[in-house]
Amino acid sequence: MSIGWTGRTREAAIRALPPGKLLPDEQPAYVASWIYVFGVLTLSALAIVLTSGTVLALAGPAWWHTSALGHFVNSLHLWSVELFFFFMVIHLWGKFFMAAWRGRRAMTWITGVVAFATSIGTAFTGYLVQQNFDSQWISTQAKDGLNSVGIGAFFNVLNFGQMLLWHVILLPLVLGVLVVGHILLVRLRGVVPPIPHTVDHTDAAEDKS
Amino acid sequence: MDPAALPASPINLDHPGHYLHWGVIQLSVANLVVIAAMIVVFVLALLLPFPKGKGPS
Repeated sequence: MSIGWTGRTREAAIRALPPGKLLPDEQPAYVASWIYVFGVLTLSALAIVLTSGTVLALAGPAWWHTSALGHFVNSLHLWSVELFFFFMVIHLWGKFFMAAWRGRRAMTWITGVVAFATSIGTAFTGYLVQQNFDSQWISTQAKDGLNSVGIGAFFNVLNFGQMLLWHVILLPLVLGVLVVGHILLVRLRGVVPPIPHTVDHTDAAEDKS
Repeated sequence: MDPAALPASPINLDHPGHYLHWGVIQLSVANLVVIAAMIVVFVLALLLPFPKGKGPS
C-alpha cells in the first residue's frame, strides 16, 4: 500500500535529519571557541527584534509615539536590530575567514548571504516607516538611488503603506524562511571545522561531488 | 510626552552628526565607532579562551 506524499516527505525528513541530528546535545571539540557563538547571538537578537516588533504592531503607532512604555519598546526594537547586525557581521567575518562553504556547505553560505541582504532590506524599510524627519530624509534620498538603477519601477519607497507592509509582513516572512533553511542546513552538514594546517583533499573531493 | 521628562543623554546629541570624508567615501563617526567595536569583539572572540564544560561523564 502506498504511504502517500505525506508519508514519503516524513520519511525523507527523518532520513535527512533524525532527531539526534536536528537537536544535538553535543558538538565537536573545535566548536568550543567564542567565534562559534555569534550565530546563536544573531538568532537571539532576531528573537528580540521579532518579539518587540510584534508588540509594536499590536499596539500601533499612536502608542509607541506617545507613551513611555511605547517609547521603550520602540527603542528595544531599534537596539535589538543594532545588536542583530553587530553579531551577524562578526558571524560573517568568522565564517568567511574559516571558508565555511567547504564540505558541501555552499548552500549554507548562500542562504546566509541572502538572509543578510534581506535583513538590510528589512531594516531599511523599518527606517522608512519611523514617521519622522529621519525617515523622510532616508526615503527621498533612497528613491533617487533606486530609480537610477531602475528598481523604482517595481516599488516606491515614498509609499508609506507599501513600505510598512513590506516591513511587517513580506520581508520578515522571507527572512524567516531563509533563517530556518540556514539553520536546517547547518544541522544537515554540521558546523564547519577549522581550516587544517595541511590541505584536506576530502573536502575538495566532497565539494566536487 | 514632555521631552523635558526624558532622562538626559550621557552625551550631547543636540547637534548635527560628525562625518569623515575620504574622496567619495563619507562615514559618520558614530558608524566608525561601531565598526571599530565589531573589530575589537571579533579579535577578542579569537583570542579569549572559551570556558571548559563538564564534559561527558
